Amino acid sequence: MLDISELKTVETDVVVVGAGGAGLRAAIESSAQGMKTVVLSKSLLGKAHTVMAEGGLAASLGNTDKRDNWKVHFRDTMRGGKFLNLWRMAELHAKQAPARVRELEEWGAVFDRTKEGLISQRNFGGHRYPRLAHVGDRTGLELIRTLQDHGVHQGIDFLMECTALSLLKDGERVAGVLAYYRETGRFVLLKARAVVLATGGGGKAWRVTSNSWEYTGDGVYLAYEAGAELMDLEFTQFHPTGMVWPLSVRGILVTEGVRGDGGILLNKEGKRFMFDYVPPRFAAETADTVDEATRWLNGDKNARRPPELLTRDVVARSIRAEVKAGRGSPHGGAFLDIASRRPADFIKRRLPGMYHQFMELAEVDITTEPMEVGPTLHYFMGGIRVDADTQMTRVPGLFACGECGAGMHGANRLGGNSLSDLIVFGRLAGKCAAEYARSLSSTPQADAERVKLAVRGATEILNRESGENPYLLHEKLQDVMEEGVGIVREEEDLKKGVLGIEELKERAKNMKAHGTSQYNPGWHEALSMRSMLVTAEAVARAALIRQESRGAHTRADYEGERDEWVKYNIVSRKGADGNMEVEKVLRPAPVKYLEEIANSKIEDLEAGKIGADAPND
Amino acid sequence: MGTTRKFKIWRGDSQGGDFKEYDVEVDPGMVVLDVLHRVQSRQANDLAIRWNCKAGKCGSCSMEINGRPRLSCMTRMNAFGADETLTVQPLKTFPVIKDLVTDVSWNYRQNKRIRPLKPKPRGADGEHRMYQEDVDRVQEFRKCIECYLCQDTCHVLRDRGGQDQFVGPRFMIRLASLEMHPLDDDDRIPEIRKEFGSGMCNITRCCTEVCPEHINITDNGIIPLKERVVDRYFDPIVFMGQKLFGISKRR
Ligand SMILES: Cc1cc2nc3c(=O)[nH]c(=O)nc-3n(C[C@H](O)[C@H](O)[C@H](O)COP(=O)(O)OP(=O)(O)OC[C@H]3O[C@@H](n4cnc5c(N)ncnc54)[C@H](O)[C@@H]3O)c2cc1C
Ligand code: SF4
Ligand code: SF4
Ligand code: FES
Repeated sequence: MLDISELKTVETDVVVVGAGGAGLRAAIESSAQGMKTVVLSKSLLGKAHTVMAEGGLAASLGNTDKRDNWKVHFRDTMRGGKFLNLWRMAELHAKQAPARVRELEEWGAVFDRTKEGLISQRNFGGHRYPRLAHVGDRTGLELIRTLQDHGVHQGIDFLMECTALSLLKDGERVAGVLAYYRETGRFVLLKARAVVLATGGGGKAWRVTSNSWEYTGDGVYLAYEAGAELMDLEFTQFHPTGMVWPLSVRGILVTEGVRGDGGILLNKEGKRFMFDYVPPRFAAETADTVDEATRWLNGDKNARRPPELLTRDVVARSIRAEVKAGRGSPHGGAFLDIASRRPADFIKRRLPGMYHQFMELAEVDITTEPMEVGPTLHYFMGGIRVDADTQMTRVPGLFACGECGAGMHGANRLGGNSLSDLIVFGRLAGKCAAEYARSLSSTPQADAERVKLAVRGATEILNRESGENPYLLHEKLQDVMEEGVGIVREEEDLKKGVLGIEELKERAKNMKAHGTSQYNPGWHEALSMRSMLVTAEAVARAALIRQESRGAHTRADYEGERDEWVKYNIVSRKGADGNMEVEKVLRPAPVKYLEEIANSKIEDLEAGKIGADAPND
Repeated sequence: MGTTRKFKIWRGDSQGGDFKEYDVEVDPGMVVLDVLHRVQSRQANDLAIRWNCKAGKCGSCSMEINGRPRLSCMTRMNAFGADETLTVQPLKTFPVIKDLVTDVSWNYRQNKRIRPLKPKPRGADGEHRMYQEDVDRVQEFRKCIECYLCQDTCHVLRDRGGQDQFVGPRFMIRLASLEMHPLDDDDRIPEIRKEFGSGMCNITRCCTEVCPEHINITDNGIIPLKERVVDRYFDPIVFMGQKLFGISKRR
């Protein structure tokens, strides 16, 4: 029998699980507050998902258009999120993003510049003004490298390729993390006063996705098992433009920057179809003729935005509708054309990554030919439920930030609002985790039974004589999610999806990984299947309950937004019987000034008729 | 519509290992990493590979394919002859952990030795003004995805003794990105020469050739650094270069 005193043990104040933008920013803050901080990540430092972000980071610096400010950013975010965002989070985000971006400059980030030598900002869907600070189309790389290079000098301990398996508790509160090193398969017990989860999303449960192997919903699973609540999981964002051909690259992202910089969507008849899909709420602020859209592109400040820059949910559904109507491109997508809109050198300078990606992977030269694109599962708006002002879950000492957290983006995230979310709420989580850790009079003691159970659950997979191949189970789960819980959902399909997941949960109890525990991807895959199944179940069950279509959640059997439903979030947690409980929870009412700003006419907001009394900090 | 292709994949760990042959079904459009994943899911569940983005953005999937250091996610199968056997092995410069995965921690230790940016104060308006033309070069270096293909190929580092004396091309351009950063207020030249070993590079340009980000490591990064060093000290190779090949001074 395992004696836990033999496990390698590390004692610290704060453990941060995840080394993407959110985790790194949290660790930097916690360390700056004087707390001993350890960061875990499944891959090497600098390789987290954040590195893949392309288009930019949203902050109302007002460098490119002076009319921008936090109120307009906040209003855009609420409208993009279909008013389901936590009001306070959207407010904090819009207010704090500019300072967080400037701080990155201090740490060495080199954004593209305006003629005046300031940080340049580009247009993106749903943002009224050019708002995305960017570096070509590799903004995520700039963000992660800046935080990494700054972070390694802050006395933080980084445990790379070290995966969290289970959260430890002392009664109600958190007491640390059990993890294992991928390289050796050895377990390590991290005793801590506070834990910050920053593990990113869970897109790998779908087949067509822009997400990497890391996105298996580990944070959601860890929090759920530890007694925290999940929220808004029905809102999974399908990005409208993923690559569709060749098959082996299907799902890889094509940045929204292509459309921000002038790219248009065409069907196989050459028709610019997005004009046919403008939702009423956005009609007043969207161009209704090709001519007006062209004037906008040429910098006419009175022209309205082209319909290609509507929010992602709208564009993704429109492409799907065109394909369903038989007007899709040869491989089942739409054409995205920038070649006929911008000169080749402009494209290569602004979108070097996309140029390279299409050239190398699809043998398509985007400066002369259109790309073929279609929806791809991209982002989780939902995740771990936290308090807006502290980022703490309902488990004392357990915090969450970044993509694995919930609340900031509501029913649909605007492009660029994730990278800014990471640095705003990463910092806040790090700060509050440090304050919490400092406030404890003694270090919590991890429950030894829980540790043993977690170790046994993991090693069983290796020790079993024979069993299910985890890779094939994963493929099966992807079938279930593509069919049952896709971009357009229906009660019948969702129920089948839930059943499919239940069946896979049973089969997963008998997974077998061959070989030893040393750098064994088969074993890692089996362990992450457990997270994926809980995450997938939470998405499917929440999607079944929300009987309306809002943002990224589209129900064929309940079309359109229903006023009744904006009052609720869907929250899930592990019940006393071990099964998932899912329920509608009434949302708190917003403070008055926020409600006024979000609902204002843009002209009134800009003229200062609305929101003048709102506090600016 | 796939075809069957032959692969020789190195399997083993720090104790040693050998090539094993695999026959794999390959579909049109596949890259080497896709094929390795297929081997992993169907024939060898425990085959160790590192990867993340599958789009050439994270620099995790570095390995040697037919003897050349490459990103496996950006190497298309149709770059090879239809009956060519592909030989896949781990990076040679770094110790093997298992199969195609190597221990690259040495690189992280080098990075940590480099002092962070020491920013100049902000202007009166609270802004840092930098003009695009002044940051173009720095941005070129910051495109680096830390795939370490250049480190793998550099003969100074291949000879493990060299790892005590030279940080390698990746970190030369990281130093260059700080040295040429318009906001940096630090003097880095003495340590570039002494601690980081700029003199060890003899400008073979092998690193530049393998860089998947097409960073002009040698000509835009290392040579200008060597020149700055020469301005203060003396570097025989640049000295010779200036004399014999007319390598010009820039910036
Ligand atoms: C291709 C692409 C392009 C994008 N472009 C943009 C953009 O232009 N603008 C924008 O705002 N957003 C963009 N996004 C979204 C944005 O990049 C992500 O939402 C964001 O980077 C997530 O950051 P994070 O810090 O929450 O998580 P990540 O950066 O994904 O980091 C998660 C970390 O958690 C670790 N981890 C996970 N599970 C465990 C575990 N069990 N144990 C230990 N560690 C664990 C991982 O190893 C990793 O270090 C894009 C996303 C993709 C995929
Ligand atoms: S040019 Fe210098 S750094 Fe590059 S491979 Fe040759 S010796 Fe190494
Ligand atoms: S400089 Fe190029 S080859 Fe070297 S690590 Fe960076 S991206 Fe890779
Ligand atoms: S997997 Fe990221 S570069 Fe190949």
